[in-house]
Amino acid sequence: MQTVAIEPRYDAWRARARSLLVAAVPPDSVLWEDGERGNASLFEDIESDALPAASGKPPRIPRAFMELAELVSCHRTDEKWGLLYRVAWRLTHGDERQLMQVRVDADVRKLEGWAAAVRRDRHKMKAFVRFRKVGEASANRREQFVAWFEPEHAIVELTAPFFAKRFANMDWSILTPLQCAHWDGATLRFTEGVPRAEAPQEDALEEYWRSYYAHIFNPARLKLDAMQSEMPKKYWKNLPEAPLIAELTSKAANRVATMVEAPTSRRAHVSARLPAGVPPTESPVSVLAPVDALQCGEDLSWEVLRTSARHCQACPLHERATQTVLGTGPEDAEIMLVGEQPGDAEDLAGAPFVGSAGALLDGALTDIGLDRDALYITNTVKHFKWRRERKRRLHQTPTAQEVHVCRPWVLAEIMKVRPRVLICLGATAAKALIHPKFAMAQQRGPCPDCQLAERVWATWHPAYFLRMPGGQARDRQLALWKADLTNAIA
Amino acid sequence: MQLKTKLEILADAAKYDASCASSGSVRRHSGGTTKGVGSTGGAGICHSYAPDGRCISLLKVLLTNACIYDCHYCVNRRSSDVRRAQFTVEEVVSLTLEFYKRNYIEGLFLSSGIIRNPDHTMERVVEVARQLRVDHAFRGYIHLKTIPEASQALIDQAGEYADRISINIELPTQQSLDRLAPEKNLNRTQQAMGGIRQRIEADGERQRSRVPESAKPRPFAPAGQSSQMIVGADEAPDRQLLERADVLYGAYRLKRVYYSAFSPIPSTSPILPVQQPPLIREHRLYQSDWLMRFYGYTVDEIAPSDHPQLALDIDPKLAWALRSRDVFPVDVNRGSREWLLRVPGIGVRSVERILKIRRWSSLRLEDLRKLGISLKQCLPFIITVDHHPHRLGLDSDRLRERLAPKPTQMEFAFAQAKEAARTGEQ
Repeated sequence: MQTVAIEPRYDAWRARARSLLVAAVPPDSVLWEDGERGNASLFEDIESDALPAASGKPPRIPRAFMELAELVSCHRTDEKWGLLYRVAWRLTHGDERQLMQVRVDADVRKLEGWAAAVRRDRHKMKAFVRFRKVGEASANRREQFVAWFEPEHAIVELTAPFFAKRFANMDWSILTPLQCAHWDGATLRFTEGVPRAEAPQEDALEEYWRSYYAHIFNPARLKLDAMQSEMPKKYWKNLPEAPLIAELTSKAANRVATMVEAPTSRRAHVSARLPAGVPPTESPVSVLAPVDALQCGEDLSWEVLRTSARHCQACPLHERATQTVLGTGPEDAEIMLVGEQPGDAEDLAGAPFVGSAGALLDGALTDIGLDRDALYITNTVKHFKWRRERKRRLHQTPTAQEVHVCRPWVLAEIMKVRPRVLICLGATAAKALIHPKFAMAQQRGPCPDCQLAERVWATWHPAYFLRMPGGQARDRQLALWKADLTNAIA
Repeated sequence: MQLKTKLEILADAAKYDASCASSGSVRRHSGGTTKGVGSTGGAGICHSYAPDGRCISLLKVLLTNACIYDCHYCVNRRSSDVRRAQFTVEEVVSLTLEFYKRNYIEGLFLSSGIIRNPDHTMERVVEVARQLRVDHAFRGYIHLKTIPEASQALIDQAGEYADRISINIELPTQQSLDRLAPEKNLNRTQQAMGGIRQRIEADGERQRSRVPESAKPRPFAPAGQSSQMIVGADEAPDRQLLERADVLYGAYRLKRVYYSAFSPIPSTSPILPVQQPPLIREHRLYQSDWLMRFYGYTVDEIAPSDHPQLALDIDPKLAWALRSRDVFPVDVNRGSREWLLRVPGIGVRSVERILKIRRWSSLRLEDLRKLGISLKQCLPFIITVDHHPHRLGLDSDRLRERLAPKPTQMEFAFAQAKEAARTGEQ
């Protein structure tokens, strides 16, 4: 059995453990002891004396363990060095390289538990350190602040860099019973711990902080357990706001009772009268249901059509959509394209074919020499139907019923625009406008029986190509599609 | 009016907003700089906790609690008798900086009643953020509440200075808004959220582009957008709230939806319910929200149309499992990640650990216990090497009764305190 005294810090343990592992000293023959802090040179001497000549390769230790070990080294328990060494031994000499993955192992669990305690203590230090201002900025000095904190574990060195980065441009010291940290804008310095009396006792701004604390508290939601599990009582003595807790708590119930029993607002509710500056909620002159709008025939104005469609609630799809997406393009366009329904991008933009399918369509139109701005482009269904998958909206095909309810809008658009050529893109449009049993595979092409326009064609929806894997097959189909578009407008 | 009085009034006015997050932004700090203060990055920090159990992470205040709107649930509505105050821009800037330097807060959450008109209000909110970021090189967290009616240019500026921007949807349907918040419009709010989402995504592409770092503009609202719904001020069942949340997450990619149980306010409007909803309802909504975002549950699974209200006595995951007993038991050593996530009492982290461990060895009940899993909850729903639940147990009518926790002490204590207040004891 050999006794190994190290300066109680991670790098000292690591250096020592490394040589012991190289020398294949088993864990049960080492007794670890804390030596004095800040006296590294002394230990180096002992180390070189006591060790057998280290030979061979330094052991390879998983990174996961080293990160854990750095945290565990801060824990106040005396057993940490021994257990760390035992686990390091098992990882290197015990043929248990996967040990860190086995969270049910007793040793690993114990280390994880200690690391968690240290992590929590560090987190609470970042949260509960309260600086007090001790000096104003002057020509040759920056503002100066001092805080008093009582951590449970030896975390000051590990946590001080956080404060140095956050408060880089002020001078500060964090005093603790074990160790103190000081920042002057250039370097972090650490000194021995000090008693609490050395810390400043007040800061004028704490009065404001206490006011804020008292007033951000909602007495109708008293939940002391929740508060204490996150802000345990042991921290209270150094928090300027903590002395308020008892009074706020005891008065809470009374305050709520007063509010509940108090007469309601004395002032009359004045909702009916809108003060100047509030944008009026749109009050449409006339909003027609889809069927009624279509019934108007020639008398239906574009304004009524647009307004009515914008407010349409004829089917539940409007509940999940951002807005109604009507067609865009000249009101007297010669050619009209009808797709299926708006997608994610269209729903946000309020215009049809602006997403990836729209980009593909634009490309095709350019290729065949058609100016998109000359076309009236719209959809069969005016609201986006979707379901959520993680953070994405996945398109869902509208049901026959939804198409049926929405169909008057596209018919009204056709009636107003009176295009010479009507092109249905995809089965949904073709089924709604040409024939309910329309089958794209067999009937793609001209549809002379359809009376909605002089020439009516049906072909694929551009989204069809987005789903298709690239390759010759796709190229062929794309060529056919462009040929369809070209022939349709001929 | 004294600054301290303003602070009191305007903190009082802000406390009904549940949002406090200071996480999820870009990493930045003041190291190597000569001016300014602050850092963000990684997890947020809660610097204190009020006795209501809510964390205090940001200085959460209103710029003014004067408001031209008249939303019944709001303490700041124009027909409320509450005392009014208004900060100057400089006052908010200086409070934020001084609080921050003492490590009281992670940053600022600034909202405002609407004065004169939406743009005028928004201009002042944005000016606070501009002064903090530009004049004082403040690198802490800024959350700005935006107003859906404000102009696009102002929302753009808000996103440039803020880590997070948010618009409260307040109530899940236009019908509820019409009754309780007559000036608010659901579509307008959602369109504004859609605009913000587009802006955030366009910015994401720009940040990824190969422009030199120094030439890139500030990231646009890098911590995303969030929203809040009030629970229990209207008749809307939980299903409606969750359906709205589903829309907000899917359509506008919100980072968080907060649920805030309506609580009694001074100067109450006569058309509001007198009683506040049980706080546990709010908790069940947060649990359901979590299930939707991280466990792949749909609204139809959590609150089907024939159970539109969440159970208060058991959590929504257990409630779903009890309604869907035919899919259990799940074999812990074979089941897919998706199915393990469905087992009551086993969370995301435990599932990840189980998947790792079972590559090396088969799990037994004792192993689950060591992972910190509550066996009582999951036992009827799982198979391990040493445990096969009785089909009978899973089918038992008394299973729900066995698994439902006893009423908690906390709420009991609160009920007692309320009773004491009513009878004048204490």
